[in-house]
Amino acid sequence: MPQITIDGQRIETSAGKTIIEAAQENGITIPHFCWHPALSVSGNCRMCLVNTGFPRKAPDGTFERDADGNNVIGWGPKLSIACATPVADGMVIDTQGDKTEHAQNAVMEFLLINHPLDCPICDEAGQCKLQEYEFLHSKGKSRFDEKKNHKDKRVPLGPNVMFDAERCISCSRCIRFADEVATQPVLTFVDRGDHVTIETFPGTQFDSPYSMNVIDICPVGALTSIDFRFTSRVWEMSFTDSICPGCSRGCNIKVGVRNNEILRLEPRTNMHVNTYWMCDDARLNQYKFVNENRLSGAMIRSGNTLVPATWEIAAEKAAKLLHSYKPSEIMILGSARATNEDNFLLSRLSHKILKTTHIDFLHHTDNDFADKLLRTSDRTANAHGAMEIGIKQHHGVSMDNLVEKIKNHSIKAVYVIDEHVADNPELANALSLVECLIVHASNPTSLTIMAHVLFATSTYAETEGTFTNMNKRVQYLMPAVATLDNERIAGLEMSRWDKFGARNDRWSQGVRRDCKPGWEIIQLIANHLGAGWHFSDAESVFKELSIDVKGFHGMSYELLQEYQGITLGTTDHSDVKAVVYESHIFKPN
Amino acid sequence: MNVEKNTEKNRLNFWERIYLPEIARGLGLTFKQMLKPKMTRQYPEEKWEPTGSYRGRPVLVLEEDGERCVACSLCSRVCPALAIEVQAGETTKEKERYPVKFEINMLRCIYCGFCEEVCPEEAIIMSKDYELIFTNQEDAILGKDKLLIPIAQLQDRLEFLRQYR
Ligand code: SF4
Ligand code: SF4
Ligand code: SF4
Ligand code: SF4
Ligand code: FES
Repeated sequence: MPQITIDGQRIETSAGKTIIEAAQENGITIPHFCWHPALSVSGNCRMCLVNTGFPRKAPDGTFERDADGNNVIGWGPKLSIACATPVADGMVIDTQGDKTEHAQNAVMEFLLINHPLDCPICDEAGQCKLQEYEFLHSKGKSRFDEKKNHKDKRVPLGPNVMFDAERCISCSRCIRFADEVATQPVLTFVDRGDHVTIETFPGTQFDSPYSMNVIDICPVGALTSIDFRFTSRVWEMSFTDSICPGCSRGCNIKVGVRNNEILRLEPRTNMHVNTYWMCDDARLNQYKFVNENRLSGAMIRSGNTLVPATWEIAAEKAAKLLHSYKPSEIMILGSARATNEDNFLLSRLSHKILKTTHIDFLHHTDNDFADKLLRTSDRTANAHGAMEIGIKQHHGVSMDNLVEKIKNHSIKAVYVIDEHVADNPELANALSLVECLIVHASNPTSLTIMAHVLFATSTYAETEGTFTNMNKRVQYLMPAVATLDNERIAGLEMSRWDKFGARNDRWSQGVRRDCKPGWEIIQLIANHLGAGWHFSDAESVFKELSIDVKGFHGMSYELLQEYQGITLGTTDHSDVKAVVYESHIFKPN
Repeated sequence: MNVEKNTEKNRLNFWERIYLPEIARGLGLTFKQMLKPKMTRQYPEEKWEPTGSYRGRPVLVLEEDGERCVACSLCSRVCPALAIEVQAGETTKEKERYPVKFEINMLRCIYCGFCEEVCPEEAIIMSKDYELIFTNQEDAILGKDKLLIPIAQLQDRLEFLRQYR
């Protein structure tokens, strides 16, 4: 095991690692632009130059000592790039001395020669590596008084990525990402020297389903999202850790919110799940349904229309309806799109209160969506959680015979949460025949129109809870968007704007929607059926769940956050905590 | 009232208590002022024209080809009173970005001039306008229609900034 010393700190590392990797694993960040742990090393930005040396030995083989008894270091004649220099036993590395600092300053000065510095109109401003290093490693003065080189500022590389050639610092991260991760090698450098720029090969475009990740890894604002461009400055948004609901991978994401509206989604590093990436499809679609076209409050059918009712009255009505049927006539549909907490209380309601074993959930499979990197064919976030909790029954009525049972009138009442039946016309048709249909939904669908009692539920971005992904990893999600119900959840991230807005400010008028998380609605109904539950928040439901369901034993929200998710049944031997690499350090305030 | 101070020697004396001599003294001062030259102005018929250094309401500079502002939101970030709201949009012009919406809530603004100082485009500057009259809160939020002022009318301030900034 080679031992190295970085800035006086002794580090044990393994052979074959580069200096930057060894430093990173021990929490020391060496300034860099082109290096990325998921990509091959290209060593072209020279930002990571460090001074390296070895303790000098006397002819007799002993270490030379100076007057204070310290080893005398024989420094290398030139600096080395930390991203491409492998560690060697005894190596001494200086990342802060005069020589290193001088080199860093020089690299920054070179990079800024032709850089437009149009930060005011650059989407990267506020989380830009170049800006960050300008503050840390630059003298702030340029000796270049010639005219700057101008290049194209608006070149779409594909349907989702816009390229600004002036801002590019030619680090080649995007090219390597396209080659190595997206496996769509269409990007390349063209021309030389200060004319160098990036192009797609003639007749191709960068339209990989993962193309937008280059926007995150580009150290500067050269690559921007066509979907997001200029929507907001980064410091105006709050970013909340969440889990993508788009498929069973459960990619870790950050939700960017301003004025109570989601403006963008970004991947969050989790080495056990999605590493550094997320797919474009989710980035473009998994926020729109939270912002637009939402249901509000509770509603009860009266004749042909649904009329608004208070939560209490609607819950009472739902309870009364359920009570008027025999347990064998009731079907409960949980959901692979709802959280573990929702499904857990639903399963309790059916087993303990309604005493029916007719409980199941719908699968939503789309084989066209699956690929080798992240996307999976299961388009729901929590199928494994639902199964673990026992939403899937092996006796009684299930999805296999539900349609038939409704048609022969043995099932008369259906309670369904967070589902849509757009991809299942047969079921949709059958559900329109039942006498009593109780529905939880966040957006109007063909199912909500048929409901007899309808409750507006919070989306993934408004609930606290957990999802269980395809590898049975239970992951925690935090509400990012405020509703009337969750506004007082401790720790809800809010941007400066959302925090300080008053009634007469137009910028703080984002709607607080009238919706509740599923478990809360289920508890309301159960209590009208005499359950007497007192769960005050999602955490208390999860506590009960972790005691009740074997796979969840020992889990808590705290542990789930600390370990970035825990696999079912492994709380006592969960994976080691990974050192999380963040390419861009975000400086919001 | 400070009770301890209410001692014999701090109380009004006899002449003060009979009041009339004091009235005469006050009126004396009034008549003296009446004969002095007048300092007041017949506002609003007669208006005061501030100099370039005056910080009146912040306005946006309008040039021939449109506003200078590129909607960078720096003014909005620096504003200690959170008076400014900017929403950026994309244009096909050279400067790519422009404010789709630019609103200053004049009930929040404290005329500190930070927005002017931070603006990288010299697009928001303090004007000479000190006459702000509203009858309701909504009217106090000024949009682009009220904020954009032709550059010709702002020369004094721009000249002041050139010299002293
Ligand atoms: S890339 Fe960074 S330094 Fe360059 S204009 Fe954008 S924010 Fe400024
Ligand atoms: S566009 Fe960005 S990621 Fe690509 S080479 Fe230029 S600076 Fe690097
Ligand atoms: S003058 Fe000061 S308070 Fe008024 S808008 Fe500008 S920064 Fe805000
Ligand atoms: S700082 Fe200047 S350019 Fe930026 S938004 Fe404000 S007025 Fe516009
Ligand atoms: S990070 Fe080492 S050369 Fe770019």
